[in-house]
Amino acid sequence: MARPITPLLWLLFSVGGTVAALLFPVHLFLNGLALPLGWLPAPGYASLRALVEHPLARLYLFVLISLPLFHWAHRFRYTLYDGLQLKHLTALIAVLCYGAALVGSALAAYTLWSIS
Amino acid sequence: MSAGSHYTPYHPRWYRRRVSVWWWLQSRSYTGFVLRELTSVFVAFFALILLGEVRALGQGPDAYARFLARLRSPLFVTLDALSLAFLLFHSITWFNLAPTAMVVRVRGKRVPGLVIAGANYAAWIVLSAAVAAIVLRG
Amino acid sequence: MPPTVTTVTLDVARYRPEQESEPTVQSYEVPFRKDWVVLDALNYVKDQLDGSLSFRWSCRMGVCGSCGMTVNGQPRLTCAAFLSAEPSGPIRVEPLRYFPVVRDLVVDITDFMRKLKKVKPWIVRNEEKPLAEGEYRQTPDQLDAYKQFSMCINCLLCYSACPIYGLEPSFIGPAAIALAQRYNMDSRDEGARERLQILSEHDGMWQCTFVGECTKACPKHVDPAGAIQQYKLTSAAHWFKTLLPWGMK
Repeated sequence: MARPITPLLWLLFSVGGTVAALLFPVHLFLNGLALPLGWLPAPGYASLRALVEHPLARLYLFVLISLPLFHWAHRFRYTLYDGLQLKHLTALIAVLCYGAALVGSALAAYTLWSIS
Repeated sequence: MSAGSHYTPYHPRWYRRRVSVWWWLQSRSYTGFVLRELTSVFVAFFALILLGEVRALGQGPDAYARFLARLRSPLFVTLDALSLAFLLFHSITWFNLAPTAMVVRVRGKRVPGLVIAGANYAAWIVLSAAVAAIVLRG
Repeated sequence: MPPTVTTVTLDVARYRPEQESEPTVQSYEVPFRKDWVVLDALNYVKDQLDGSLSFRWSCRMGVCGSCGMTVNGQPRLTCAAFLSAEPSGPIRVEPLRYFPVVRDLVVDITDFMRKLKKVKPWIVRNEEKPLAEGEYRQTPDQLDAYKQFSMCINCLLCYSACPIYGLEPSFIGPAAIALAQRYNMDSRDEGARERLQILSEHDGMWQCTFVGECTKACPKHVDPAGAIQQYKLTSAAHWFKTLLPWGMK
């Protein structure tokens, strides 16, 4: 096959899209708006930190950050490519998008790993 | 055909219209499609916010307080509100398209699309409630 | 009471390569009848007003797939587009979008015919059963698995609705992929792997970004967008199988 990795990238896009669709709205509402603005009684630093230290929570957060980044990479790549007709830059766009998702995932893994 | 003969096959003088760079503004459904694809930008933005929050939690109480203060700034409140709208648009379009992409058969009969979309929405509600319960309990 | 509308204007795209280098619009006044479709109005123009207008049609009942045109900006079968269902004012009739125009409303569909053949839209058998053993039989459920995709009449409305085909003319396109899927899902067929090879190429299914317009445009409810996404899922599953040590090559 000409591009053997495409099915994998598409699957990452799909699973990442599902993760984002199911979990991002509630997290954005809580973590991005309700808690910082004090709309809801916020759990303190200590309890959130204890929560994040749990191995399952770390795995969950890794999935929650990494897969949606790959979802973005795939979708945004095609949007640039079709929407702006950047046919001649297709290789560069692909490298930048998936590369950014890889870097983001690595950062997430490192950050989550180093919480002790 | 002998080498000397002149044979010109008829070829139509086609007219081809070039697709404009603004093609996605030419109909409402094309614009909706591009907006749907651009939800991914907000997905990435929020993934980075989450990464920032995890980092701040790891660095200590002061870093976490600074992180919360930054989220309270008008810039971030505006961006987060805008992102929430796009994320909801992503969720809804994603669940509505799920039945098209997934064919589930039970005993040879295709499960109706409304059932599959409904299951997605149900999972959305249940998971959102569970996340809220866990995060708020701390 | 408003006066009864008795005529309607058709703004028809004309392209006569021997006299103009790009299409122009010509308006015709035709009788407005409740039971008329755009194709009836075009035939009225051809018979009564201007015999030089060129367009394709045949069955006038949504089976042959030859009268597809762009009506008021939407890809439609003109035999199913009632004059009375269009908004008031002139009705714009243009050739199908994204195909090269040969003349007036006639487009060149050679590109599609080539692509259609590429996906092997016929039953592929590794070995044909001898005639004496009888026909290949199928249960109603097995028929149901592909029947929807077999309704395609090759009218090309889906291509004309697909912005990706417009941007990337090498894209193999909605109908061809749906027809590949029609044979993949057929219990009598054994050609799925050959077709997967063809559709996994650069111009195959991965060009599709699920705009979904092809499914909306399809007059036979084939749902090409669904066929393509389902194909992607199959292809991804196949990709993982090839990774396994005992997996197929």
